[in-house]
Amino acid sequence: MTNMKTGYVIAAAVAIALTGGAAQAAKTDIVIGLQLEPPHLDPTGAAAGAIDQVVYSNVFEGLTRFASDGSIIPGLAKSWEISDDGLSYIFHLNEGVTFHDGSAMDAEDVKFSLDRARAEDSTNAQKALFADIASVEAMDLATVKVTLSKQNGSFLFNMAWGDAVIVAPESIADIKTKPIGTGPFVLSNWVQGDRIELAKNPDYWGSAISLDKATFKFISDPTAAFAAVMAEDVNAFMAFPAPENLPQFDADPRFKVLVGSTEGETILAINNKLPPFDNVKIREAVAHAIDRQAIIDGAMFGYGTPIGTHFAPHNPAYIDLTALSAYDPEKSKALLAEAGFADGFTTTLKLPPPSYARRGGEIIASQLKAVGITVEISNLEWAQWLEQVFRGKDFGLSIVSHTEPMDIGIYGREDYYFQYGKPEFQALMAELNATTDPAERTSILQAAQTMISEDYVNAYLFQLANTGVANAKIEGLWANAPTQAVDLTGVSWTD
Amino acid sequence: MLRYTLKRLLSLSVSLLVASIIIFLAIEVVPGDPASYMLGINAQPDTIAALREELGLNVSAVERYVNWVSGMLTGNFGTSYTYRTPVVDMIGDRMWISLPLALYALLLSTLIAFPAGILAASKRGSVADTLVMGITQLGVAIPNFWFAMLMVLVFAINLRWFSAGGFPGWDGGFWLAVKALTLPAVSLALPQASILARVMRSALLDTLGEDFVRSARAKGLNRRQALWRHALRNAMIPVLTIIGLQFSFLLAGAIIIENVFFLPGLGRLVFQSISQRDLIVVESVVMLLVFAVVIVNFSVDIAYALVDPRLRRRS
Repeated sequence: MTNMKTGYVIAAAVAIALTGGAAQAAKTDIVIGLQLEPPHLDPTGAAAGAIDQVVYSNVFEGLTRFASDGSIIPGLAKSWEISDDGLSYIFHLNEGVTFHDGSAMDAEDVKFSLDRARAEDSTNAQKALFADIASVEAMDLATVKVTLSKQNGSFLFNMAWGDAVIVAPESIADIKTKPIGTGPFVLSNWVQGDRIELAKNPDYWGSAISLDKATFKFISDPTAAFAAVMAEDVNAFMAFPAPENLPQFDADPRFKVLVGSTEGETILAINNKLPPFDNVKIREAVAHAIDRQAIIDGAMFGYGTPIGTHFAPHNPAYIDLTALSAYDPEKSKALLAEAGFADGFTTTLKLPPPSYARRGGEIIASQLKAVGITVEISNLEWAQWLEQVFRGKDFGLSIVSHTEPMDIGIYGREDYYFQYGKPEFQALMAELNATTDPAERTSILQAAQTMISEDYVNAYLFQLANTGVANAKIEGLWANAPTQAVDLTGVSWTD
Repeated sequence: MLRYTLKRLLSLSVSLLVASIIIFLAIEVVPGDPASYMLGINAQPDTIAALREELGLNVSAVERYVNWVSGMLTGNFGTSYTYRTPVVDMIGDRMWISLPLALYALLLSTLIAFPAGILAASKRGSVADTLVMGITQLGVAIPNFWFAMLMVLVFAINLRWFSAGGFPGWDGGFWLAVKALTLPAVSLALPQASILARVMRSALLDTLGEDFVRSARAKGLNRRQALWRHALRNAMIPVLTIIGLQFSFLLAGAIIIENVFFLPGLGRLVFQSISQRDLIVVESVVMLLVFAVVIVNFSVDIAYALVDPRLRRRS
């Protein structure tokens, strides 16, 4: 008996010694799983969200930046002044900022970066963000003056995008594989197809960060992603691709599940110029045929917020218009009959690869079937989707999540794939751009939300949730995703 | 032997030429413009045009084909549209995973299949034979990705002996790399070993029934001696054929296993490149795989000639 007890004591002592030894210093490295690998690391030269996930605010920084709640806070510019006519912005840059190659970041670099993005031969995927810039001028080393050709109330917001980060002129040639930014991390190793390793930038200008090393590991298969988290090969997995596994992580004390909002309005896009969808009654009938909650539960396992318009619910200017398109199959049938389609009709439903579209598409097909609308589903790859649906406008219905922040402006574009472009809406957008007063902007934004909701341009489904899973001891990861970023600046281990 | 080899070499070159044309045409008709894909939905038309120019996509198809083939002949496979790095470097990196993985799986497969097949054939009808036949039946029937997931569940998630996937790289230590490739190699090897064991068994049984084996027995060799000295060597032809096919399959066909274990190999590169419309990478990797298959078949043909003198003399 005594011997056994002694054995336990020794074992316990050894255990304490072992774990205690490990617990003394908090971990300073992190392995983060992501589904998609960036094609390259130049956020100013491609649309791929995976680029921003790795480099945004970690490697590259812009004049302004997004905070985790989506608000705009100072970045490389510590402050700014806007002229009364709203046409000129004077940015005061932080001093002592250096690029990873040791050279100083100054006003000339800002001028270079903005001019490069808006140049004729620019390959910036969001060139429209820079369209209103008339000139960029370096007033002295730490001051930049940007003059706009017309008022743009979203200019500071536009400058926070990953596509607007400040780059060094001498690094452009190799930027895609050797990104030289001003951020708290430098690229240390990239094993293509497998992982990207970042190391702490010892000369970082901003507030201190607690991680020394961060590894992004790319695991595209949802089952493999699950296994990697369970086996603790990764410490966190952002934008976890299989929502059905989240309850299991939630129940496991080793992990915590992060649920937040994204900028992704998931819509059933309707081709507004294709008969019979050119009739607003038909579009309204489609909207009433859809049971949003059934889609959120069935396709997203409950993660997602119902929306009634093309606007993010976490935005202060959002208004809840879901009642306008409440689930009402009887009303839907009546509307179809009114429009002369009592026996329904047949159309196409073209689905891109993400699971919200593929799973949601099956549910929507059966819901539409219930009111007499037959859809022929075709599953497309992204490249095909872009060609057929987005550029070719060869579709009746499609499901897609619009992940760009504050993108209600797309409804003003006549040639945009769902082909709305109503002049009254365009007028609202022009008014919005000419307004800088926050209260007035909110009321214009709300009028815009109401207009597209009442016109039933698309059927608005839900705001895509941002679901991630992390080791329970990790603090500071963003739950929300105001932009596709994995901001590591505030991340630390608790013990 | 020389004429035989030359004839094989000629058919090899023709196969490669035809393959290059078919691959190029197949990729040409795939819808989806790489530049539009890369720039996403907010891109403006002039931006896409600028990128197409930068990628060299705005020249005629014939010109692109000629550029591609002549480039390959000089070892220049072009530059990836998405990664913007030379395709040859990308293939080189991935090759260091796919090739060892295929060899590892093939080694495991033969190490299992040879003894099992020989045992089953030499003791036909015995318990051992029934057991080998039963297990291999199962091995052929189980899909390898399912078996792979099962192994991840057991060895990575529950026992924690292995990581669930990924590859640390060869510079991280030889044994660490071998360890990372073990679960994938076992899952690839299982169905291959089952097929191979069954082929080995039936080929051996066939040759054991042939006249020359009977003569050998008549000369006083026992069944075992006859099997090892005469039957085995003659049973090797179908077995070599299968091994050759299996190697090509393992090199090119590990796409699903590479996805399950998130290994950055050639299979996953092709898979990714197709969805990203990185057409130059798809073309070049597929061409390389065709080349590998053709070379393996060529070597198998030569190996036939070595084990079977009749083939040499006939030509």
